[in-house]
Amino acid sequence: MVKTSTAIQINNLSFAYGAKQVLHDVSLEIPARQVTAFIGPSGCGKSTLLRCFNRINDRIPGAKLTAGSILVHDIDINRTDIDLQELRRRIGMVFQKYNPFAKSIYDNVAFSLRAAGRTKRSVLDGIVENALKNAALWDEVKSRLHASAFGLSGGQQQRLCIARAIANQPEILLMDEPCAALDPLATLKIEELLSELKKQYTIIIVTHNLAQATRCSDNTAFMYLGKVIEYGSTMQLFENPKEPQTEAYVTGKFG
Amino acid sequence: MFNPENLIRKGLPKGHFKDLVVRFVLAGLTYVVVLIAALLFAKIIMDGAPVLFKAKAPFVDFEFLTAKNETLHVFDDAQGNRHQLPASRYNDYLAKYEGAPIFNEQTYSYSGGGIAGPIVGTALLTIGSMVLALFFGVAAAIYLSEYAKQSPFIHAIRLAILNLAGIPSIVFGLFGFSVFVLAVPVITPTPSDRSLLTIPLHINHYVMSFQGWNSSLMAGCATLACMILPVIITASEESLRAVPQGFRDASLAMGATRWQTIRKCVLPFSLPGILTSSLLAITRVAGETAPIMFTAAVAAKDDLPWQGLKSPFDILSSQVQALPYHIYTLAARIPSSEYTRRAQYGSVFVFLLLVASLSVGSMILRAKLRSKLKW
Ligand SMILES: Nc1ncnc2c1ncn2[C@@H]1O[C@H](COP(=O)(O)OP(=O)(O)O)[C@@H](O)[C@H]1O
Ligand SMILES: [Mg+2]
Repeated sequence: MVKTSTAIQINNLSFAYGAKQVLHDVSLEIPARQVTAFIGPSGCGKSTLLRCFNRINDRIPGAKLTAGSILVHDIDINRTDIDLQELRRRIGMVFQKYNPFAKSIYDNVAFSLRAAGRTKRSVLDGIVENALKNAALWDEVKSRLHASAFGLSGGQQQRLCIARAIANQPEILLMDEPCAALDPLATLKIEELLSELKKQYTIIIVTHNLAQATRCSDNTAFMYLGKVIEYGSTMQLFENPKEPQTEAYVTGKFG
Repeated sequence: MFNPENLIRKGLPKGHFKDLVVRFVLAGLTYVVVLIAALLFAKIIMDGAPVLFKAKAPFVDFEFLTAKNETLHVFDDAQGNRHQLPASRYNDYLAKYEGAPIFNEQTYSYSGGGIAGPIVGTALLTIGSMVLALFFGVAAAIYLSEYAKQSPFIHAIRLAILNLAGIPSIVFGLFGFSVFVLAVPVITPTPSDRSLLTIPLHINHYVMSFQGWNSSLMAGCATLACMILPVIITASEESLRAVPQGFRDASLAMGATRWQTIRKCVLPFSLPGILTSSLLAITRVAGETAPIMFTAAVAAKDDLPWQGLKSPFDILSSQVQALPYHIYTLAARIPSSEYTRRAQYGSVFVFLLLVASLSVGSMILRAKLRSKLKW
């Protein structure tokens, strides 16, 4: 693994939904400015782990960290005096099913900025344009910025969600199976986008598509039943897995 | 540039006070509503519960629920004891102590005995109108949501139905009076004088006579059903539409017909919604006075609806007492005194219990169905 600075450090994390223990003693170091992929069979806890990073699990009654800690750039994000809004502004999230608001394309992208109190039109215009360009969507929507976001195709809607997530320049971008609902062409577009985005952002992507993990990630963590079985550079994990379970999974013998 | 230290807030969370104020205001408004409801219920329960519940076993005054409604006679006997007797027992008393003098006699209409007549009447009206309304309403909802093309015409129909829901119930009462009571056709050998039109059928002197059903149970049921139809149609259609499109696609893709799809994959999943809205509709049907005032209800009736009939079908064409109308009568048409309070508050309390149990029933039913059919 190429060693750069660490964006997220997870120490012995255990997590439960009520009485149901979902993550067991997870420890990972996620490097900054790289793409890290989480792979593993459905229900192994990938989404749960991802959702711990911006504490969006807080909303779920009974969900709690039972042990361990998560440090984002050396700050423990489960401290009581964390500014949750700021945390989520620094850590963007893209969901599996594209979920634009029932607003115009422009208003979708400007949402987080307005929530943060930045309402000056001239400033917003520039940022919105930039975000849409970074999400490789600008050319397709520049003529209809004020039309409803629902008029876009699925792939375009998902890229709009990415534009929305990066509009206020987060540090880290969490993506939970961002291509699961998209066709191959739209998927390809997003993968291309990822390699651009990782120059600026630390990206963590959950994917079911092993080929996608090999194509776009630098590091991969293989999870199974709430544990991280193996974590290393993507090339090493796929070509030369150390654990037999990893080998079985990446060669398609189980899962 | 990103400075991780910014993640730690200085002082209280941003928007903390705004959140607190919003929360406080919303909670305050909620509790004001709750308080008003609580006061209302407390008054009715405090005055009404003692009528129905007794301190001694069996704790419930079944007589109030099962006895017929009668006039109350209040009088003093020669020893100065005050008696409060419903008409039938008053007559027994007179027969027993023949010639004994009675002083200060007063009578209060509708205030003696129990409220069996109104309870039974309301039950019959409710069942009848719900059967009618569910049959027509669910059918219309299925047609509108599953079969009809979404054309401007259908939109207009939907809009009309929605607007119908907002029409005051007294208008439905008058509509029911002019249509069901006075105009709908009946088949009879002896048409009434005020028949609007008679068509001879050439079978044993039978004619079809447009003379209405008179003020009767079936006219009341039909009127109440008309009143509640828009609510049932709208709610049922919404429940049907809430069933994911994927269910229909999957069923059709497996070779099922349209009707099979609706019956097996759509209706069962919309049932909780349909039933909940129907039970809420029941409480409305049971509680309305205006629609039955001219079409079905009478203030006083000696027999229960099924007593003294020549054929069981006559129950449909007989008038009935009804709880809300009875409450209206007790409240507005007789002079109020300490001797009428038992009937007044008792009736209101029983009515409240009935509505409350229907609401609770709908909640339980919905929870049960929801847990069985979850998607
Ligand atoms: N809100 C929740 N409440 C209770 N259990 C949950 C909740 N969300 C997920 N789970 C459970 O946690 C486990 C991990 O889920 P998840 O993180 O979504 O897995 P993955 O994303 O890897 O498919 C699963 O067994 C799932 O049933
Ligand atoms: Mg998941």
